[in-house]
Amino acid sequence: MAIAAVLTGCASTAPVDPGATPEELVLITHGSFALGEDNEVLDRFTEQTGIAVTVLQADDAGALTNQLVLTKNAPLADVAFGVDTTFASRAVKAGVFAEHQVAAMGPDQERFQLPAGAGREVLAPITSGDVCINIDAEWYQSKGQTPPATLDDLIKPKYRGQLVASGASTSSPGLAFLLATIAAYGEDGWRDYWRALVANDIKVTAGWTDAYTVDFTRAGGDRPIVLSYGSSPAFDPATQNLDATCFRQVEYAGVIAGTKYPTAAGQLVDFLFSAEAQAAIPDSMYVFPTNTAVALPEGWAGVVSVAETAYELDPAVIDAKREAWIAEWSAIVIG
Amino acid sequence: MRARQPVSTVFGLGLAVGVPVLFLLVFFLVPLLGMLWIGLAPNGQVDLVGFVDVLGRPRTHRIIGLTLAQAATATVIALLAGLPVAAVLHRRRFRGAGVLRALVFVPFVLPTVVVGVAFRTLFRPSGWLGWLGLDGTFAAIIAALVFFNIAVVVRTVGVRWESLDPRQAEAAASLGASPWRVWWTVTLPALAPAVWSAAAVVFLFCATAFGTVLVLGGLQFGTIETEIYTLTMDYLDLPAAAALSLLQLVLVVALLTVSARLRQRGERGVTTRAAAPKPRLGRGDAGLLAWSLLVVAALMLPLAALVVRSLETPHGWGLDYYVAFLGGSSAASAVLLSLSTAAQAAAIALVLGLGLALALSRPAVTARQLRWRDRLDRLVMLPLGVSAVTVGLGMLITLNRPPLDMRTTGILIPISQAIVALPLVLRVLLPVLRGIDPKLREAAASLGASPARVLLDVDLRLAARPIAAATVFALAVSLGEFGATSFLARPTDPTLPVLIYRLITRPGAENLGMALAGSVILAMLVLALTGLVERLRAGVAGAF
Repeated sequence: MAIAAVLTGCASTAPVDPGATPEELVLITHGSFALGEDNEVLDRFTEQTGIAVTVLQADDAGALTNQLVLTKNAPLADVAFGVDTTFASRAVKAGVFAEHQVAAMGPDQERFQLPAGAGREVLAPITSGDVCINIDAEWYQSKGQTPPATLDDLIKPKYRGQLVASGASTSSPGLAFLLATIAAYGEDGWRDYWRALVANDIKVTAGWTDAYTVDFTRAGGDRPIVLSYGSSPAFDPATQNLDATCFRQVEYAGVIAGTKYPTAAGQLVDFLFSAEAQAAIPDSMYVFPTNTAVALPEGWAGVVSVAETAYELDPAVIDAKREAWIAEWSAIVIG
Repeated sequence: MRARQPVSTVFGLGLAVGVPVLFLLVFFLVPLLGMLWIGLAPNGQVDLVGFVDVLGRPRTHRIIGLTLAQAATATVIALLAGLPVAAVLHRRRFRGAGVLRALVFVPFVLPTVVVGVAFRTLFRPSGWLGWLGLDGTFAAIIAALVFFNIAVVVRTVGVRWESLDPRQAEAAASLGASPWRVWWTVTLPALAPAVWSAAAVVFLFCATAFGTVLVLGGLQFGTIETEIYTLTMDYLDLPAAAALSLLQLVLVVALLTVSARLRQRGERGVTTRAAAPKPRLGRGDAGLLAWSLLVVAALMLPLAALVVRSLETPHGWGLDYYVAFLGGSSAASAVLLSLSTAAQAAAIALVLGLGLALALSRPAVTARQLRWRDRLDRLVMLPLGVSAVTVGLGMLITLNRPPLDMRTTGILIPISQAIVALPLVLRVLLPVLRGIDPKLREAAASLGASPARVLLDVDLRLAARPIAAATVFALAVSLGEFGATSFLARPTDPTLPVLIYRLITRPGAENLGMALAGSVILAMLVLALTGLVERLRAGVAGAF
């Protein structure tokens, strides 16, 4: 029997017990994934289960989702983490994930979960991050001016030429900001809001990096208002988050359909929601844990928090309208 | 009538051509075609409705125009700026020439995102060059494209220039021709193949530029490449992406055909000689030298902006970010991983490229051989002009069965870099090898040298410098993470550019400072490698 397997060189024909414990599981994720120094937190999982975890990283959440969809028939991994609010629907619809429920997930996670029938059965929320407008509080203080607080403020003449944001067509936070304005002003109002932003001299960059590290006043640039993340002020105390401008982005984990070890893969998803893994999320990935029982690290507690009233949109609606929205947005902003 | 070639030679030629062709077939053509197939035939049947729709959109026409305009402008400027630099840095001997040659090479490998930050730091309203008003303009894109690609011109042309037989030019001068006339009637025609080679490579790099165009153009300038990226990654609209990939393919093949014609016109009657000592810098070189220093200074400006920002800490000037970067757990291993990946990619590209160049430089006998040779040449060049998104995702969907399922091993990283390095290796080696006088080989053979001996004594000896230059290119392509690597899933240990990218996409002055310090370290690594290869080459050339 063993000889036959060697001779045919084809292990996949032999049926594998789905509950078997493999020596190794492959976790595919995006480029920002980390759990402790050198992913040392994953070693706890290995200690508990005897299963080693190999991590593969795609560029970003979009690249990850597309790779999952395209390799559906010959998956690269057993578990995926990092598909986010804006891409979840694409992956779920393509049937990338197998059903799995994290037992520990309670009513506190309700607000992070996908709607029933649209991903709740297959994807578990692991991190929650807000894309928010940040301000250079020091700049406003030194000028003796009041900083803006809301989306409405950003189109007031007194903040003319002060906002820099990355574009919805080229960056993930940029898309989240567009979605925040759609959630805030509705299908009928967001276009006028963006026309007003353009009239108020918004600067649109390709990516978050050059907005935050070139144009933002904290980086020596000329604009004291920047599109960034809810957690950014933890890394620069001179900046502040505008809580009323946030869009909620949740990142999910799921068992990849077609894995030979669905039970073990499910254990790894459970582990990502466990207190051990969740506690490492803020310092490693700069977003918040969805397991709200976990304490935030020093420098976070009291400085930043998950915005209570972040804007949200149904992932299925995002998936259906993304292309049309971005095209209209481009026409307004880029011309 | 030529003598029949010995079996071993035929076998050697077959191997030298067959292995690279197989390599490109498996790792480039199959992935490309696989991706095009699922786009053009999503349900197993070819459906061209979407295809026709995309090609009919006014947006597509505008983008084709922009792609060609950007690439053509940047190529012309890179040639005009780079040729005089090649003339001085590769043909004259003076203190510091090696350092200048290495400096010119640094921009080629810097990560796009870092160069974006550097240029925008210069161009932002309060920046050193803010008064030029270039932020978000077409000119800013061109400046960055020239910055990246000038090294291609200087190296490719410079290496050919070093190995030109100077006697023709000297003869013309002794007959009373002015230096300008000598350049125009003798040197330029002799250099033409290398100039066209460089132009083709630069054009293709510029036409497929992606990050540079978006970061510096402020979104209003797109290229076919940015469009394929958006259609694939944001919308997963594979039919539309496939239509544009196909269009890109047609344009690239057309361009390669034209450039091959232009190149071949000059490839006859120009001889290569062994590396000889270069003349010292003379008074007549003052103008060229001044121009070269100006170009190098211009290239250094964005780098200076990087260095300055990497030294600017919250509490004054200091090396804090360098200490933090190097003290981090991943810096040392990232450098080692970058170097070992580069060594693998360069080894693949050099072995395949050298074999191919030797095979393609044999004198062709029949018209049919010539035609096949041209096709082969175009096949090798093709990856430079084809969308990295398409090839990268294509690898994931086609190389999915044993024994070719290497998708999770990381070996696809050096392989996809080698695919981009291979055409550069070929372009550097071919003009020199084709310039070798066949009589030299015949003389060696008639003196009793075996074919292998002829190869070693004639071809490889004359090609020592180009081989060194090709090595530098191949290492640089890998260190700069060229190719489809960002569309593959890779093991978690970062290379230096990946580490820099991870740091620069996180908030906080510390992360940015460390990313910039890491970029400066990457630049110094390139300087060191370039210097090392040149030194090795000098040693090897001396040994013959």
